[in-house]
Amino acid sequence: MCRATDANGAKSKQKENIGRDAVQEVNWVALTIFILLFILITILGFIAANWRKGDLDLLHEWGLGGRRFGTVITWFLIGGDLYTAYTFIAVPALAFGAGAIAFFAVPYTIMIYPILFLVFPRLWHVCHKHQYITAADFVRGRFGNRWLALATAITGIVATLPYIALQLVGLQVVIGGMGVGGTGYAADVPLVIAFVILAAFTYTSGLRAPASIAIVKDLLIYITAFAVVIVVPIQLGGFGNIFAKVPPAKLLLAVPGPNTTGAYGIYATLALGSALALFLYPHSVTGILAASSGHAVRRNAALLPGYSFMLGLLALVGFFAIATGVSGLPEFVDGFKSFGNSFAVPALFLHSFPSWFVGIAFAAIGIGALVPAAIMSIAAANLYTRNIHREFINRNPTDKQESQMAKWVSLIVKFGALAFIVFVPQQYAIYLQLLGGIWIIQTVPSVMLGVYTRWFNDWALLIGWAVGIVAGTWMFIAANLTPNFPLAIGGYTFPGYSALYTVILNLVVTIVLTPLFNAVGGRRRDATVAADYFA
Amino acid sequence: MNEPRNNRHGARSGWSWWYLLFVAQFVASLWVSFYNRADPTWIGIPFFYWYQMLWVIIGAILTAIVYFATDA
Repeated sequence: MCRATDANGAKSKQKENIGRDAVQEVNWVALTIFILLFILITILGFIAANWRKGDLDLLHEWGLGGRRFGTVITWFLIGGDLYTAYTFIAVPALAFGAGAIAFFAVPYTIMIYPILFLVFPRLWHVCHKHQYITAADFVRGRFGNRWLALATAITGIVATLPYIALQLVGLQVVIGGMGVGGTGYAADVPLVIAFVILAAFTYTSGLRAPASIAIVKDLLIYITAFAVVIVVPIQLGGFGNIFAKVPPAKLLLAVPGPNTTGAYGIYATLALGSALALFLYPHSVTGILAASSGHAVRRNAALLPGYSFMLGLLALVGFFAIATGVSGLPEFVDGFKSFGNSFAVPALFLHSFPSWFVGIAFAAIGIGALVPAAIMSIAAANLYTRNIHREFINRNPTDKQESQMAKWVSLIVKFGALAFIVFVPQQYAIYLQLLGGIWIIQTVPSVMLGVYTRWFNDWALLIGWAVGIVAGTWMFIAANLTPNFPLAIGGYTFPGYSALYTVILNLVVTIVLTPLFNAVGGRRRDATVAADYFA
Repeated sequence: MNEPRNNRHGARSGWSWWYLLFVAQFVASLWVSFYNRADPTWIGIPFFYWYQMLWVIIGAILTAIVYFATDA
């Protein structure tokens, strides 16, 4: 979630080799608690293989937990999946650095749940009926075009990879916050250890591992969020005092000038575009399809806002960090130098809480990185295995070959992400993740509208997708590698989220071309019928 | 925790007027010029912030209402 949070923070002072020069002392109490909690979830991750036991040589058992998760587990799983460590670091960091714009994450998460309620139970039903395990499987069945399915699968994989890489940033920041560092690549050793553990239990237990760990992680995150929102305002003498210390330019959005929708347009389009894109991400689809019923999905549309509320509270933590003045304190100079604004949250915790609680809070964020990273790698593995390998390379794998392939791909994906974060400047991962949001939204017509209508022609969808991808990428570059494009029409300027602009273009192209292609080539067979879409 | 499956029948294959309740969440979220203001504050929190947090709760309630109205 919150791929666009770095809309303005993208140019924040992230150094290329973060975490290399921290000279802060090691916080042993926090580190011990952090490690103990990590050991706990490691054990949990491995024994999860036996939870609601299924044959892990079947892809839907390994990659969807056998579709056995009820309302409560689904709540933890999707919550742990969408509200990631990166979110908990990046949203407050953006509030700390850029102010009110960071709060777009809140209307964004308000709008996702009507979409979840209306669209995704239908997707769940049709996927359950036909044993689909990815959105691309659904597109293949619905529109009968394997190239369109391939485009959907590749979009999903490409959008997911930088997202996995960014989860590691959350982990790096808290490890650095505990004073664990080193020089050169030695600084990355703790990260590598955490990732090897993650890779091992994901390989062994599949989706059951992050589902069980998500319960621990989410409880820790809730404890942390409520503690910080109660304790820090008391320390600082109330919310009034805190907001009084926030500079007026950061407190509210800038009022737009004449002939432009200004910051209001950016805020609204970021929220709406992000909301449309969110559930199209492979890890979101995986979380939804792992539910045991459409009811579980629908109930969660009403229950998941609990996480949104917490996210809003955490966004305020960016302001707490401004009010406490942590960035000016000598003990945090190195942290801010290494991690930029992302250090705002760890610094606030270190400043305001005893070490043992810092250990809990940092573990919550660190584990919060592993849960979505696991689900994302499983989702990417499912896509590769089903929609690329099986479709184009080995058409008749045995069940065991198929699940084995997915396990290997999940490893490759994770170590690819790890290599990316260790060897490539973090800023590139941020750019790619922002682009990923613009790309994934281009599957709205075939997936999100596809569960409601088969009207679109498959080739028209594919061309619309391509136009959207190209236009979105061009806008991102033209806007100096930011997701907000200043769309000029007549004498007016509408700065806004390019994902939203280009998906509209995509849809227009698809609608115009559909009758043309239907007239020329007829249409493919739909493997699904109307009754497949509801109970 | 396993819900009974496929044993309920409802209107969810088609349209329900209850879905119009969702429109409120979109209007409330997208009408930025309405809520981009500091006053009135609530326990020291500017309107911009508490308004949006309040809508998280209202949105959840509206979704629950739609759930019970269409799924029962």
